[in-house]
Amino acid sequence: MKILVCITHVPDTTSKIQFTDNNTKFDKTGVQYIIGPYDDYALARAVELRDQTGGKLTVLNVGEAETEPTLRKALAIGADEAVRINAEPTDAFFVATQIANHAKEIGYDMILMGRESIDFNGGMVHGMVAELLGMPSVSPVMKLDLEGDTAKIAREIEGGKEYLEIKLPFVAGCQEPIAEWKIPNMRGIMSARSKPLQVQELSGDVVATKTVAYEMPPAKGAVKLIDSNNVQELVELLKSEAKVL
Amino acid sequence: MSIIVYIEHIEGAIKKTSLEAASYASALAEQQGVDAKGVVLGTVSEDQLASVGTAGLSTVYHVNDDQLNAGVIQAHAEAVAQAFEKAGADTLILAKSSLGDAVAARLAVKLDAGYISNVVALPSTSGTYTVKRSIYTGKAFAESEITKTNKILGVKKNAVPLKTDGAPASVEALEVNLSEGAFAAKITSIDKANDEIPLPEADIVVSGGRGMKGPENWNLIEDLAKALGAATGCSKPVSDSGWRPHHEHVGQTGVKVAPTLYVAVGISGAIQHLAGVNASKYIVVINKDPEAPFFKAADYGIVGDAFEVLPKLTEAIKAVK
Repeated sequence: MKILVCITHVPDTTSKIQFTDNNTKFDKTGVQYIIGPYDDYALARAVELRDQTGGKLTVLNVGEAETEPTLRKALAIGADEAVRINAEPTDAFFVATQIANHAKEIGYDMILMGRESIDFNGGMVHGMVAELLGMPSVSPVMKLDLEGDTAKIAREIEGGKEYLEIKLPFVAGCQEPIAEWKIPNMRGIMSARSKPLQVQELSGDVVATKTVAYEMPPAKGAVKLIDSNNVQELVELLKSEAKVL
Repeated sequence: MSIIVYIEHIEGAIKKTSLEAASYASALAEQQGVDAKGVVLGTVSEDQLASVGTAGLSTVYHVNDDQLNAGVIQAHAEAVAQAFEKAGADTLILAKSSLGDAVAARLAVKLDAGYISNVVALPSTSGTYTVKRSIYTGKAFAESEITKTNKILGVKKNAVPLKTDGAPASVEALEVNLSEGAFAAKITSIDKANDEIPLPEADIVVSGGRGMKGPENWNLIEDLAKALGAATGCSKPVSDSGWRPHHEHVGQTGVKVAPTLYVAVGISGAIQHLAGVNASKYIVVINKDPEAPFFKAADYGIVGDAFEVLPKLTEAIKAVK
């Protein structure tokens, strides 16, 4: 079994988002980077499946050298090897092309990633990779079990779940509660240092979109506090201001 | 050239977010002096099909194939690609949703299109084609340019006004050829609570957090939701503890909602939760801790015990409804 998990290197959810260079660049000052939370779920499940079936778990990121600590963390969590495709991930189609080109060479049985990244929230890379490889895709996946060469999957739909069966290979965008996030232990951290991290140059410089400027939303006004003994006042505001009643 | 909208439905009822996408498409069509059509897949009544005309679409292609009632991602992508060609379209509009995302991503490759998601405004087309989209889970916006001829825009919930004064659309049956691989992902069963308002579609959401102390107290949340005609949600600790099902978890890694009104009860307002609700128009926070960070993100706040405030509020709302 060859499993590929694609991870994003994104600002921690609690990071302050701001821009520089006349609002054309993300300001990385003081930002803590993490494995994308959805990718972290995909990785955790992939580690369990690899332990169950044997084989090799590869973790991949399209990014510049600064993302290597994030890849090392994925190795510490349990991936066997890491691949960094050396390019700035400017556009989803560009990233998907890099992943698909790499996957074509290796021939993975399963390609997992988060349902979306938490920086650009596009949720499109898994579908693009699958279409580029001519594989089925499923997202958002909240349960994934293997029975031989068939995956049994639960996909979240509005107000419930849909159960599916897919023959390997396939691509899945994952979310909780597919597995519990795994925190690297000391042994994992030590062994991650010696696990292979391979750097590959980009293949095909194809973009479909490019971001030209950023903007912050307008600041939120102060909260209007209402006395807990006077809920009628809230009802009035919901009627007159919010107009929902 | 024309515009086509991928319209989703829930068991035959056209989704509100798809009508928003259709409204967006009709405004875009007007801006560009072209025609906007829609495509609907699966079993839907003639009346429901024609109703998308109210949002400004002239024509609806209907692929009346009951295999497409469920969200089979590849099959939907193939069908929509054929509708796109039939319409002679260069732009596909859809509502941001879990199915929409999955289908549009495949279409971006099939149609060799530039795809931008979480779009919040009409594109600017003088010179380059740039669109404003929400990024960092609602914490910022980006202006992104599409460099391809074909374009796909995923419209964010509640970001565009709903058009309701259009004439009924003319319905055209469309036959599509689906490949054998289109059904490679086999849906074996669907497990769905039918009586509830689906959370991502809801105009009002009432959510409870750990402050509700246990699942046995959820009737207070449900009563308020019922009085408001709202869907119910919860915080991550609540779904993690199994008090409520995961599909009700609102937040960074759960459902992201964009209702007109979001009512948060006994939720402290961790940044991960706020990331799922910051697109709400109005936020009401009820919490006994005046220091709860959620108050900073709220429009209206009540500092008080949820077990006392909720019944009073529910009665007061029932009285005016």
